[in-house]
Amino acid sequence: MAHHFGVIRFPGSNCDDDALHIVDTVLADRGSTGEFLWHKETSLGQVDALVVPGGFSYGDYLRAGAMAAHAPIMEAVIAFAKSGGPVVGICNGFQILCEAGLLEGALTRNESLRFICKDIFCRIEGRPTPFSKSLPAGRHVGMPIAHAEGCYRHPDVERLEGESQVIFRYCDAEGGVTAEANPNGSINNIAGICNAAGNVVGLMPHPERACETVLGAGGVAGLALFESVLETLSSGATR
Amino acid sequence: MKAKVYVTLKSGVLDPQGQAVGRTLGKLGYEGVKGVRIGKFVEIELEVDDPKLAEEQVTKMCDELIANTVMENYRVEID
Repeated sequence: MAHHFGVIRFPGSNCDDDALHIVDTVLADRGSTGEFLWHKETSLGQVDALVVPGGFSYGDYLRAGAMAAHAPIMEAVIAFAKSGGPVVGICNGFQILCEAGLLEGALTRNESLRFICKDIFCRIEGRPTPFSKSLPAGRHVGMPIAHAEGCYRHPDVERLEGESQVIFRYCDAEGGVTAEANPNGSINNIAGICNAAGNVVGLMPHPERACETVLGAGGVAGLALFESVLETLSSGATR
Repeated sequence: MKAKVYVTLKSGVLDPQGQAVGRTLGKLGYEGVKGVRIGKFVEIELEVDDPKLAEEQVTKMCDELIANTVMENYRVEID
């Protein structure tokens, strides 16, 4: 069964080509296709899932993701998310979804004040989402991060934890969630979360950069996120 | 009219920028700096000339865009 991804493209997006490459080329033999959706569009057309990619949308003016959250296309993105459609925000996409109110909390400057670009590990947790259900909870995977504003904050993190909305947590190579394994100062080592309904996911690590062995030692763990969506869509479990 | 908006981090939100500036002030010999918090200052020129209306408009702007109320507070002054 064919499944069509929309990859939102803002001025300043820079992981949009990478994301489209995964859903339109790498996973083509699994029936996956994709297209770019320009930020000035007001309709999504016929898409089954959405990727809000990383980058520096609108130069990250004011706050990371603040301008993009009000781009013309966001009204359609919000409607798609509210109707249960699977949406993933990666890095700047995560920041945009928080600013747009589709995900809770906020992402601020890394504790170190540095832009951090490196391979990390994160543990899969929480409830099964369309982007993580093929990864068993408790497993940890390697993915790269590349951000300056990835320090996750939430005014009531206990509730978020209680609702099993924490989906990815920074850990060490053995899967241990330690302070040393937390690259940016995020509360409770949080690397990614989902919304209350579970269909909208945001994460700072870059799964789209960990889908092909040719890209280096990071492995192909990121592929599982996109495969999860294809499985979810095939089972008709979303909308 | 002109509106002045002061956006500050809520207490309890870590401010690594402020901490870095505080440490550097210490290195420069400024003893007794107990803490530094960094915020934003935004000036907005408005067409309206009713201060109450101006404050209403700018408050809405702050809630919608200028501040992220998850981690920031804001204060509006109308000139």
